[in-house]
Amino acid sequence: MENLGQLGQYLGAGLACIGMAGAAMGVGNVAGNYLSGALRNPSAAASQTATLFIGMAFAEALGIFSFLVALLLLFAV
Amino acid sequence: MATEEAGGLAFHPMEQFEVAPLFGDGPVSWYTPTNATLWMALSALAIVGLLVVGTRGRAIVPNRVQSIAELLYGMVRKMVEDVTGKDGLKYFPYVMTLFCFILFANFLGLLPKSFSPTSQIAITGVLAALVFVGVTVLGFVKNGAHFLGLFWVSSAPLALRPVLAVIELISYFVRPVSHSIRLAGNIMAGHAVIKVFAAFAAVAALAPISILAIVAVYGLEVLVCLIQAYVFTILTCVYLKDALHPAH
Repeated sequence: MENLGQLGQYLGAGLACIGMAGAAMGVGNVAGNYLSGALRNPSAAASQTATLFIGMAFAEALGIFSFLVALLLLFAV
Repeated sequence: MATEEAGGLAFHPMEQFEVAPLFGDGPVSWYTPTNATLWMALSALAIVGLLVVGTRGRAIVPNRVQSIAELLYGMVRKMVEDVTGKDGLKYFPYVMTLFCFILFANFLGLLPKSFSPTSQIAITGVLAALVFVGVTVLGFVKNGAHFLGLFWVSSAPLALRPVLAVIELISYFVRPVSHSIRLAGNIMAGHAVIKVFAAFAAVAALAPISILAIVAVYGLEVLVCLIQAYVFTILTCVYLKDALHPAH
C-alpha cells in the first residue's frame, strides 16, 4: 500500500510538470507580442520594457505554482 | 527523493538547499547561525562594500567601482520614479535595499559550494510579507477607506462590479504568495538543474555534453538572477503605486 502511495506521489509530480507548457506559452506570447509591437514602433519600445517584465512575471508565476505542487508532492506529502 | 542507483549515478539535486548549522550538528533554532545566515551576512557585507566603501572617494569623475554603484542607484531610482511617480520616491530607500539584497544574495549563491538564501521560501516569504503588510498599511493610512476602491472597478458595468471585486480581492491576497514563490522557485529550479546536469558528468560518455550544458545553464542563471531581482523590485513598485493611487 505504501508503494502505491509513492507511485501516486511520483506520478502526480510528473503530471504537475505539464503546467510548464502553459507557462511557456504564456511567456512566449508576452515576449512575441512585445517584439512585434516593438518592431512596428521602435521608439516606444524602451518605455515598455518594465511592462514586459511584469507581464512575463505574471505569466511565469503560474508555471512556478506547478513546480511548487511537484515539490510539495515529493517532499511534503 | 531518488535513492542511490546501482550504476553509481547518484542524484541529490535538492541537497544543496538544506539549512544546516554552521557549528556542530545541533537542532536549528531561531538564533542558530546557519549557512543561510552566513550568506545573507556576506551579501549585506558585499552591498556595504560596493555602496559605502566603493563610493568613499566621492570623485567627480568616478572610478570603476563608484560608477557601478552610481549605475545601480540610478537604475533603481528611475524604476521607482517611472512606476510609482514622484510621490513614490519617498519609499525609494526600501526598494533599493530589497533590490540590492536580492541581487547580491542571488549572485553570491551562484558561487560554487555557496548557499543561496533566496532559494528558501522562508526568506523570500518574509521579504514578500513585509512588502504586502507595508503596502496594505500604507494604503489605508494614505487613503483611508478610499483604498478599498482598488477592489471596486468603477470603469466596469455596475452588474459586473461585485464579481470583479471578488476576483480583485483574491488576486490581492495571492500577491505575497506569487511574489515570494516566484523568486524562490526560479532560483531553486535553476540550481537544481545545474546539479542534475552535474550528476550526468559521472558517466564518461556523457561528460562533455554535461559540461557544455552546465556552462549554458550557468549563463542562463546569471541572467535569471538579475531578472528575478528586477522583477521582485518592480512588482514592489507596482504594489506601492496601487497603495498610493488606488483608484482604478
